Amino acid sequence: MDWLLRADTTPEKLLVMVFAIVLFVAVMAAILYAVDRPKRISNWVVVAGFLGPALALLTFGLIYPAIRTMYQSFFDRTGANYVGFANYSTIFTSDGLQVVLRNTAIWVLLVPIAATFIGLVYATLVDRTRFESFAKALVFLPMAISMVGAGIIWKFVYEYRPNQPNVNQIGLANQVLVWLGFEPQQFLINSPWNTAFLIIVFIWIQVGFAMTVLSAAIKAIPDDIVEAARLDGVGGVRMFRFVTVPTIRPAIVVVFTTIAIVTLKVFDIVRTMTGGNFGTSVVANEFYVQGLRQANEGLGAALAVILFVLVIPIVIYNIRQMRLSEDVR
Amino acid sequence: MSTTTPTTGAAATTTAKRDRKAEKLARRASDAKTKLSSPWASALAVVIAVLWTIPTLGLFVTSFRPELDIRRTGWWTFPSNPEVTLSNYETALFGAGTAFSTYFVNSIVVTIPAVVIPMSIALLAAYAFAWIDFKGRDVLFVAVFALQIVPLQVTLIPLLSIYVDVGINGSFWTVWLSHSIFALPLAVFLLHNFMKDIPRSLVEAARMDGAGHVKIFFQVLFPLLIPAVAAFSIFQFLWVWNDLLVGLTFAGGAQNVAPLTVRLAELAGSRGADWHLLSAGAFIAIVVPLIVFVSLQRYFVRGLLAGGVKG
Repeated sequence: MDWLLRADTTPEKLLVMVFAIVLFVAVMAAILYAVDRPKRISNWVVVAGFLGPALALLTFGLIYPAIRTMYQSFFDRTGANYVGFANYSTIFTSDGLQVVLRNTAIWVLLVPIAATFIGLVYATLVDRTRFESFAKALVFLPMAISMVGAGIIWKFVYEYRPNQPNVNQIGLANQVLVWLGFEPQQFLINSPWNTAFLIIVFIWIQVGFAMTVLSAAIKAIPDDIVEAARLDGVGGVRMFRFVTVPTIRPAIVVVFTTIAIVTLKVFDIVRTMTGGNFGTSVVANEFYVQGLRQANEGLGAALAVILFVLVIPIVIYNIRQMRLSEDVR
Repeated sequence: MSTTTPTTGAAATTTAKRDRKAEKLARRASDAKTKLSSPWASALAVVIAVLWTIPTLGLFVTSFRPELDIRRTGWWTFPSNPEVTLSNYETALFGAGTAFSTYFVNSIVVTIPAVVIPMSIALLAAYAFAWIDFKGRDVLFVAVFALQIVPLQVTLIPLLSIYVDVGINGSFWTVWLSHSIFALPLAVFLLHNFMKDIPRSLVEAARMDGAGHVKIFFQVLFPLLIPAVAAFSIFQFLWVWNDLLVGLTFAGGAQNVAPLTVRLAELAGSRGADWHLLSAGAFIAIVVPLIVFVSLQRYFVRGLLAGGVKG
């Protein structure tokens, strides 16, 4: 049975994959077969058959670990000694971790604002033009690229070469600076601006999402509203400001909060581009470093709990707004 | 031949609908003329589009340039020195130090079950929530929905120690299991929304004919759910293929399990100046989701608009 756990070659891996899927299908089929006796079997057994696998997995993989992590956050790095709120006070008092918290706050503030705004403006600009679908695809494409891929794409844009004769810049951003007569910069190293340059990458990814959702909302604006405004002589920027934005306001709020939630958990970009060095770390990255790399379970758990606590109010607000925007639609 | 009448009827309605739609579009197009007449607006749109395309284009061009050229000159000089090579891809895929081909296989092996398994489990659960009456159904559904707020980070350390205890740490099973679990709340929610919209009469009619839940599920509901299934599958596929955190946590050290993203992130840290490898590697990782995305964008957008966002 060893090959099931340690597949080394490509055929072995594919075999394990097929085996896993077949095994899974067989188990599901057995469950369904067992509950498929419409007359003789009680309703509860049927419900258990349909819902059981999902509920079992969720209990095992989300509920239990979440409770366990909260518990763990009150223990020291080995998980053996109770330390009360020590991990939390470390997070809020140590210099290094305060930078982490500050960075996270900057991320959560800037990314949703910028991404929603750019997405909204772009959706309005290309709406009902001849190139609409092509123009949207260009901006949407970064959504398909992994954050790791995006991190590498932008790391190359920021690539730095010292400003010497016979040395050419190979990163576009620095080349532009040189063309304009400035000194090239170490974008990813010079704190605190390096955080801003990481944030740009995430904005670049999230605008596509904002644009898609907001574009759908703009298209759903009833014609008569737009026409009435036009008859009153409203157009251009004022139409955008006084008709488009207020009408799709619920959608804007949903987009904004959704991006804020994703931003709180941002990890891949920081990991790929700076590894959290040079004062760029954020809570999600610090969680990984402390909890999984440096085996400081207690502190890692506390960071995860903080992330959880920060997410909750935004999610609740998001869901309420989503309900509202559905009513409007 | 009994199907002829309804079909033509339906066709007539669609034509009428299309006419109305065309009319609406024409009107809106004429509106657009007045709206986008400002050259500033068009210029702004072009600037955004260019800014959003150039970074990817730059790395793409770079991935085909010879290593020395990449080190010496910027990719924008490519037109004046258009030398193209595939050797970056060759080294990245098969070079001993990079071995992206191995990780490519890993990514495929990780992703397919991690889409199929949660999809099936969520379909069954969504069916139960939508079409089986039982006590406590609504409370349970809200509870599953609410689990969406649990960030992955909160679950990773305990899950990892369970996997280590059981002895399956560093195998594909841990990655499949974790991805499946993390997908469930959103999948159940999305599929339930789609299922709820199926007319009750269809299900009732099947019930009258004596069909059990399993039969109703497979014969009546499933065919109607295919667009929803497609939407979620693409979503989950992109998510798993592009994921870094789960792969890093559960398969980070294992060369035979770790997906492309993990390798790529590692390479960016350890060989950050080897742009010939990084650029080719990045596009090896990007190409599959890009194809999936471009060919199935319609479904993806539908999933997105149905509220499918996960983190």
